[in-house]
Amino acid sequence: MTANIQSSPVAMPAPGRAVDWIAILAAVGVIGVFVRAMFFTPLELRQGAAQKILYVHAPAAWVAFLAFFLVALTGALYLWLRDERLDRFAASSAEVGLLFTTVVLITGPIWAKPIWGTWWTWDARLTSTLFLWFIYLGYLVLRGAIDDRRMRARYAAILGILGAMLIPFIHLSVYLFRTLHPLPVLASPDAISGLASGDPARRSMPPEMLTTLLLSIAAFTLLYVAFVRVRYRLAAEQDASDAHGAA
Amino acid sequence: MRRDTANWCAVGPSLVAGAMLVARKDLAIEYRTRAAFVSAVVFALLAIVIFNFAWDPTAVSAVELAPGVLWVTFTFAGLLGLHRSFGVEQLDHAMDGLLASPIARESIFLGKAAANLVFVLAVQAIAIPGVALFYNLPLDRGLLAVAGIAVLAAIGLVAVGTLFSAMTVNTRLAELLLPMLALPFFVPIVIPAAQATAKLLAGRPAGEVLAWLRLLLAFDLVFVTGCALLFPYMFEDG
Repeated sequence: MTANIQSSPVAMPAPGRAVDWIAILAAVGVIGVFVRAMFFTPLELRQGAAQKILYVHAPAAWVAFLAFFLVALTGALYLWLRDERLDRFAASSAEVGLLFTTVVLITGPIWAKPIWGTWWTWDARLTSTLFLWFIYLGYLVLRGAIDDRRMRARYAAILGILGAMLIPFIHLSVYLFRTLHPLPVLASPDAISGLASGDPARRSMPPEMLTTLLLSIAAFTLLYVAFVRVRYRLAAEQDASDAHGAA
Repeated sequence: MRRDTANWCAVGPSLVAGAMLVARKDLAIEYRTRAAFVSAVVFALLAIVIFNFAWDPTAVSAVELAPGVLWVTFTFAGLLGLHRSFGVEQLDHAMDGLLASPIARESIFLGKAAANLVFVLAVQAIAIPGVALFYNLPLDRGLLAVAGIAVLAAIGLVAVGTLFSAMTVNTRLAELLLPMLALPFFVPIVIPAAQATAKLLAGRPAGEVLAWLRLLLAFDLVFVTGCALLFPYMFEDG
């Protein structure tokens, strides 16, 4: 009877697992930002409510490219240091990055249909993001197709680095056609000098909107950290159980 | 001659000499069977013919269609040869022998890539006249230029393709995974190659063609260097 209870896998809380405060904070942050975006940020004059999607779309795009940059960076560091924690982080970041890239690719067309009049256009940013998505997917399929853990880590690292080298080339080659996408709101030289001068007329965006956007970027980045932490823990437990099973 | 051999055993051949050896070996294997070459050429010609029926000839003129057909066919025919590049090394664990030889890993990569380059260019030497024939292209004025574009495009294609061929051959999904990984990397090759060819055929000024060629050249430089440097890391002791 006692043995039965002990071998039962049900309702055994993992020992020593604390509450994931970062995940809670990220969730609260994202909800808070959305409430602010919906009710406390003014409507854009020409686009109306459609512009609100910016507060999801732009932060998700930021996280998507940040995640991919970190995949390439930790991949390069892995090839140098051969520390499997780096590989685990790269895998986690790629999976979370794929999620955020998918969000970008879904929210973009929803906005583009009423504003541009088309779901999709072969603009440089759209195309680079689409290929970012393809590379993430290829990266994860490649990982799934290799059993040997160290070989998987090496191959994935190489693909991650090459992918990071590829995105600028895709962007450039498509950019040489014409581009339709709105120019960056935050990083354009005009917006930065406008912010610095403090002259409201030179700002590309009203301060309420800008604050909401910046808060949203912060909340999404925190969400990325929270997701990667969860995914990383899972990968570590998987590796431990694989090692246990092999022994 | 004997002293050369002794030197090789100690330090191995130089980067270029090693690469030449590997390339010669691969080309000799391919020359004896010609299996991959024949199938790639037939595939390319079939693709060119089939593309012809995919468009309404009254809506799109053949000259506008041809560059796209040429370069899309080029990438897919290239993939056929690329998979074989490391596929032949799997038989009897030939790859282990190659790795155990005193040839530098970078040389193995460059040799494999050089053999693939010869392969892809040989297919192109038949496919480009094929497109010119079936699509009535005025190639007499730009044949040399198109050949130049083909060389630039092929260098980038084999650099990336050779590395991914080496990678995917060890995976469970080999034939399926190679296109999935390699095709996104062929986009910055196909766009400039097709655009440059289109501009050339339309008789646009050389400056417009050159802008695209510079992009191709940049891609070649970055990815030949990048892939040759990353290739040794594929192996446990890399």
